[in-house]
Amino acid sequence: MDEIIPDKKIDIRGLKCPYTFVRSKLTIESMNTGEVLEILLNYPEAAVSIPKSMQDHGQRVLSVNKINDTEWVIVIRKERD
Amino acid sequence: MEFTDDQVVRYSRHIILPEVGGKGQGKISAAKVFLIGAGGLGCPISYYLTAAGVGKIAIVDDDVVDLSNLQRQILHSTKTIGRPKVESAKAVLNDLNPDVEIVAIKDRLTPENILGFIKDYDIVIDGSDNFPTRYLVNDACVLAGKPLSSGAVLRFEGQVTTIVPGKGHCYRCLFEEMPPAGLVPSCQEGGVLGVLPGIIGTLQAMEVLKLILGKGDVLKNTLLIYDALRTTFRKVKVPKNPDCPVCGTHPTITALCSSYEANYCRA
Repeated sequence: MDEIIPDKKIDIRGLKCPYTFVRSKLTIESMNTGEVLEILLNYPEAAVSIPKSMQDHGQRVLSVNKINDTEWVIVIRKERD
Repeated sequence: MEFTDDQVVRYSRHIILPEVGGKGQGKISAAKVFLIGAGGLGCPISYYLTAAGVGKIAIVDDDVVDLSNLQRQILHSTKTIGRPKVESAKAVLNDLNPDVEIVAIKDRLTPENILGFIKDYDIVIDGSDNFPTRYLVNDACVLAGKPLSSGAVLRFEGQVTTIVPGKGHCYRCLFEEMPPAGLVPSCQEGGVLGVLPGIIGTLQAMEVLKLILGKGDVLKNTLLIYDALRTTFRKVKVPKNPDCPVCGTHPTITALCSSYEANYCRA
């Protein structure tokens, strides 16, 4: 499978809910449909809640990976405004 | 729009709503509203719209704070008795949210000044307490094509309606002419349970935010009647009247004349 190259990356390590989602959502809003956002975070709850909320808002979650003991990378594709 | 870190936090509960988001909050921040009255309705209306981050709010009122206002007019306080209501309100609103520009106008609305006042604003909100102003504001908004949120309270009953000129009814479709002075309750017959204007005013604030966001259904062609004693909300259909003197097919009111003043008790 080809590796997906994100159009935008954000580092929201240090942020807690709901600001993890607020920042991610504002970034997605600023992007074009079809573009891919990569989110780096370290708030454990957000590793679950961001993918769920993004799906609820109609976006596509491409991957959720725990990259070490404390950090996750989530990849989202913008499907709709 | 770009938000500061503080704004992201302040408006976070708006931004996470799918119907609002950063784009919706941007619309709220860019909106300009003109509010008539800093009393029982105007206080909760301006309080919530300021909290919501509406870009610019003008408030017109020529009255000063009186001890008897404090049972319901929640922006004013014992310390501001005797001060102009618009100044008392502005101080509290500025403290609540410095993002919002509050324009305090200590003046009385007249047929001569109203169109000049509202021309730079997107939405007008009527929180006045008398029929001459209510009809003046309605006619001005129809002539200027400005959406209007209209609210009224008396004793235990409140009414709310939203007028979108050209797209629904107006106040004169509902009540064509002002009631004669003898039919309007006098000061002694009036009275209002203090929470009531809070409920009606917050309904008006919600209507205004929906108009700004373009979401949901506003009270177009509808009068909402709240009975506080029975805790009932009733929606009454108000069709646009094709013979309405101001918004009908052949209007007879095509400019604001000086016939709005009637001899009502204003206390």
